[in-house]
Amino acid sequence: MLQFLLRRLALIVPTLIGITICTFGFVRLIPVDPILAMAGERGVTAKRYAELVIKYGFDRPIWDQYFIYLGQLLRGDFGHSIVSHRAVVLDFVTLFPATLELSFFALIFAIVIGIPVGIIAAVRRGTWLDQGLMGTALVGYSMPIFWWGLLLIIFFSTTLGWTPVSGRIALNFFFKPVTGIMTIDSLIYGNWPAFFSALRHLILPSIVLGTIPLAVIARQTRSAMLEVMGEDYVRTARAKGLKESRVVSLHALRNALIPVVTTIGLQVGVLMGGAILTETIFSWPGVGRWMVESIFKRDYSVVQSGLLLIAVIVMVINLFVDILYGAINPRIRAN
Amino acid sequence: MKLMKTVLTASAIVAMMAGSAYAKQLIYCSEASPTHFDPGMSTGGNDFDASARTIFNRLVEFEHGGTAVEPGLAETWETSADGLELTFHLRKGVKFHTTSYFTPTRDFNADDVVFSFERQYKEDNPYHAYLGELQYDYYGAMAMPAFIKEVVKVDDYTVKFVLTQPNAPMVANLAMDFASIESKEYADALVAAGTPQNLSTAPIGTGPFQFVDYQTDATIRYQAFADYWKGKVAIDDLIFAITPDTTARTQRLLAGECDIMSYPNAQDIASLKANPDLLVLDQPGLNIGYMAYDTTKAPTDKAEVRHALNMAINKPALVEALFGTGNAVPAKNLIPPTMWSYDDAIVDDPYDPAKAKEILAANGVTEIDLWASDRVRSYNPSFARSAEIIQQDWAAVGVKANIVQMEWNQYRVDGAKAGRGGAFQIGWGGDNGDPDNFFAVLFGAAAIGTQNYAMWNNPDFEAAIKAGVIETDPVKRTAAYVKAQEVMNAEAPAFLMAHSTIYVPMNKKVLGYTMDPLAMHRFDNVDVAE
Repeated sequence: MLQFLLRRLALIVPTLIGITICTFGFVRLIPVDPILAMAGERGVTAKRYAELVIKYGFDRPIWDQYFIYLGQLLRGDFGHSIVSHRAVVLDFVTLFPATLELSFFALIFAIVIGIPVGIIAAVRRGTWLDQGLMGTALVGYSMPIFWWGLLLIIFFSTTLGWTPVSGRIALNFFFKPVTGIMTIDSLIYGNWPAFFSALRHLILPSIVLGTIPLAVIARQTRSAMLEVMGEDYVRTARAKGLKESRVVSLHALRNALIPVVTTIGLQVGVLMGGAILTETIFSWPGVGRWMVESIFKRDYSVVQSGLLLIAVIVMVINLFVDILYGAINPRIRAN
Repeated sequence: MKLMKTVLTASAIVAMMAGSAYAKQLIYCSEASPTHFDPGMSTGGNDFDASARTIFNRLVEFEHGGTAVEPGLAETWETSADGLELTFHLRKGVKFHTTSYFTPTRDFNADDVVFSFERQYKEDNPYHAYLGELQYDYYGAMAMPAFIKEVVKVDDYTVKFVLTQPNAPMVANLAMDFASIESKEYADALVAAGTPQNLSTAPIGTGPFQFVDYQTDATIRYQAFADYWKGKVAIDDLIFAITPDTTARTQRLLAGECDIMSYPNAQDIASLKANPDLLVLDQPGLNIGYMAYDTTKAPTDKAEVRHALNMAINKPALVEALFGTGNAVPAKNLIPPTMWSYDDAIVDDPYDPAKAKEILAANGVTEIDLWASDRVRSYNPSFARSAEIIQQDWAAVGVKANIVQMEWNQYRVDGAKAGRGGAFQIGWGGDNGDPDNFFAVLFGAAAIGTQNYAMWNNPDFEAAIKAGVIETDPVKRTAAYVKAQEVMNAEAPAFLMAHSTIYVPMNKKVLGYTMDPLAMHRFDNVDVAE
């Protein structure tokens, strides 16, 4: 286990270097003069242009430029938005908790529904229940998120009035963020109405964002379960006379979950970067929407640094998932 | 400890908000996040709605619902006989906002006016380049550097603008958002504290609402300024709920999550109007959608060809298809019919594809570039759609249109480059209700390389717009702009498409909201029924 852990941690450094090379290369690959890209389309005077060339080191060889860029990152300088001049890190730290909260609840929804669905489909393999559940999963996977989200809003929010249309919390609640996670912050202030408002606002966006991961997890659980249930030790457990439910939950599921955990880990990466559409429909102020709007505004500093920060987060999360996988997989744990 | 402090302060805020349960609240669903809160450095209507029109005042102000100018922070003003000096007599007893981050020690005076303008033209002013590469774009775009020599404090309540030449629209320019008045005391305090950028993130003004909080990409909160010089406004708490997706914004209005919204979809107008809980106000916008021909490059360098291309397009059908029934008026002049000096006697190019085909064939015109972009504008909901329709009309007369598609910011930069050629779709919303703001800004020779996408330089037109700017007698100005319209009609540097209608849907409990021809969203005169 220790060896596995150390090997895994050692991989961080080359991964980070790879990420920084990608983000460094990004601004230099777009078909615009990189200085003008950094300065924005307003254009700069010849004097300012010359200053910027020196500041970003564009007169130096490419490796020198890369090390200047790395040096800035190590000093915590992730640049400023060329549209608002706010520090990129500041905006990221403000907006990331919203994406984190949404992704968390979307994942909970996907897991809490997806795994039981997968188990039932596996246990009732071949029946109409199995076909129905997997068919629904396929529909969920294929649906355009935008359409699905707007449909839910029109039906549940506007017509039935059961859920709010968009936003993170009802507008009459106003408190300075502590963690930036609305549910936690409202509990910190002891404001129960705010807490429930935040939860209500999470319902539709979590469903929409979690639909595709749900479908993936359900199908993955089903196939993992089927594979495990065909194993000899499961047959032995049945032969020993154990109740079917115990066979499934105690013996089969634990082993089936191992590949499912890896799938969940991959889905987290998808959630982090892919909340864009959901965040746009539900006016959810997260990093997905922030990145997309920055691309439209040609705000290259934000795109470059935002890319880096999101990639680092996804990398860290995948690291935890890998460690978790190592912990629950007896073959790795035993080593 | 810091956490405890934050919790206690915030609990106090929550308690305060809970206590003001009978406070009048207005929720406005806006279409985009503000870039920052410094109107001097902004150019977008969305930014101005969030800063200039809530937090700040100007020397003079546009009247609600019109483009006439009325006293603001200046009570009276006069122009010298030679037209080179514009003197403003400032209002006394005007207070600046007191907030958690700033307490003013003095009232508004001439120092604040001088600072607000000097920072825009004086390179050595600490606020001239205080936000990285951001510049005072509007100050430059309105040609202020060319016209303003300096801004001088005569005494504590008198300020003089010294001009390089007479300029009739100057007073109207000073009613524009970029001319908002900042607090010099606050600006100096920020420089001393080493945080000048806070001027754009934690603003202080004299306006009807004071800034409370901005949660990035989510909400902006304002509170009525109790000591506002015009008297405290009716709305106590103003909230901007930022909702970029148009359908979601409409759904929020329908569900009652917001009281008033901006820029609905044209397709939703009919159903919104039919809704018994809603009121949809509309007004012809002070705008124009058009297509500029490159008058310096073949084949569009000949007026005959441009007229023929215009004649090939079925304008009423185009406008109907693009905007929907009743949402826009086909244009025959650059300025809309609501603007003074509009010449109704002008006769537009007729829809005559047969004649057009003849002229184009005779000139050997078989192919042309047609530019389109992705952004939705009030004067054109879909450049791509209008391009397709025009492409079809031109194909019918034997001209193949190659559509050049580009992202909005790049579009406006590349479209202005010399040698572009072809037809460039664009439009304009008026800034100050003055015809110069249309004619000179969009087709004046001085704007070649920036806003003059037709690269047009016509001596008769230049003489007309010059006269329009220098004359102060309205009759002479009107005559000058009528002449400008006649020259444009004769030379056809553009295909003039439409003036669109601006709609603002709101809940019926919102009272007193006035449509603004300059497409501003202002809430200082709004009340909410209980």
